[in-house]
Amino acid sequence: MEIKAPVPQIPVPLWKDIKDLQEWETHHQRRPDSGDKHSTLFEQVTEGIHNFPGGFALTTVADGFFNWARKSSVWPVSFGLACCAIEMMATFASRFDVERLGMVPWASPRHSDLMIVSGTVTIKMAPMLERIYDQMPDPKWVVSMGSCANSGGPFRHGYHVVKGVDRVVPVDVYVPGCPPPPESLLNGLLLLQDQIAHFRRTGQRAEPTPKVD
Amino acid sequence: MTADRARELLATVTGVTISGSGTPIVAHVPPERWLDAARFAKDTLGCAFFSFLTAVDWKEQGLEIVAWVDNLDDRFSVELRTKPGAAACASIVPIYRGADWMERECFDMFGVRFEGHPGLRRILLAEDWEGHPLLKSYAVDTPHPPYR
Repeated sequence: MEIKAPVPQIPVPLWKDIKDLQEWETHHQRRPDSGDKHSTLFEQVTEGIHNFPGGFALTTVADGFFNWARKSSVWPVSFGLACCAIEMMATFASRFDVERLGMVPWASPRHSDLMIVSGTVTIKMAPMLERIYDQMPDPKWVVSMGSCANSGGPFRHGYHVVKGVDRVVPVDVYVPGCPPPPESLLNGLLLLQDQIAHFRRTGQRAEPTPKVD
Repeated sequence: MTADRARELLATVTGVTISGSGTPIVAHVPPERWLDAARFAKDTLGCAFFSFLTAVDWKEQGLEIVAWVDNLDDRFSVELRTKPGAAACASIVPIYRGADWMERECFDMFGVRFEGHPGLRRILLAEDWEGHPLLKSYAVDTPHPPYR
């Protein structure tokens, strides 16, 4: 059996070689792949159909259908980190009931499309969060819920806090608040659905409609 | 045993000075007499309940280690404090078994070496963490790659 060489990673610069935070951030640009991974062949074929005279009708209809299917069954993985998780549970429960939007809180990342990062991400928790994100199938989305997940929040100056979950996984929608009430999270989820509805796999990416809260 | 009697007895231990009045009885102990003071508090004064152990960073003067033990029967507490400047200290785990995790946390956060501890390693932070974050000399925004 052939043993494959490990995939080369971007070397993480050592902190002791770097003089300040800004320089460290310029070195540290690692971001995992986001969005729908697909083959270049598929992209070329769909691009060809899109550019063929009259072909845009087919790709647009296909996009519309797939986007409708995707946004109608966004399953968030049950991943509660801190006090925001209480509000997230309230959103999932009967009074606010995200199930009418087609969202079923699911206990397995392998069946889920959405991760709601609800709470403070500590440095010790960040690898686990990244692993759960990696276990989710594409296409997948992330909602950062609350001040802690957005920027570190009140714990930003703590020694153990990741200063924003976007340093770990790419984020689609940020929901402000400390904690955000269920209405606020619901608004964020609706914004995410709107974002998914304008997702273009083929051809041009459409501009999302500007939406004022 | 009353609190006043305990105060008198504790003052007879060599090297120990008592400050304050009433309960808790605050005993300042030299670091090398730490184990003896803890054993005296448990055996002679009857302080069987170990409450907590932590440290205070007084910057130039160094670290001060604080342990709080209670006598629940006679309702008084003894607060054992080392003189500031102790970078290493005897472990009181042989006397108070509850001090095990407290000393590990104290090592984790302040870097105090407890000699004679059964397994002195980090308890809250990750194994590869650099530095001891509750020291005053630890920079607040010290990044921790790759997430900081």
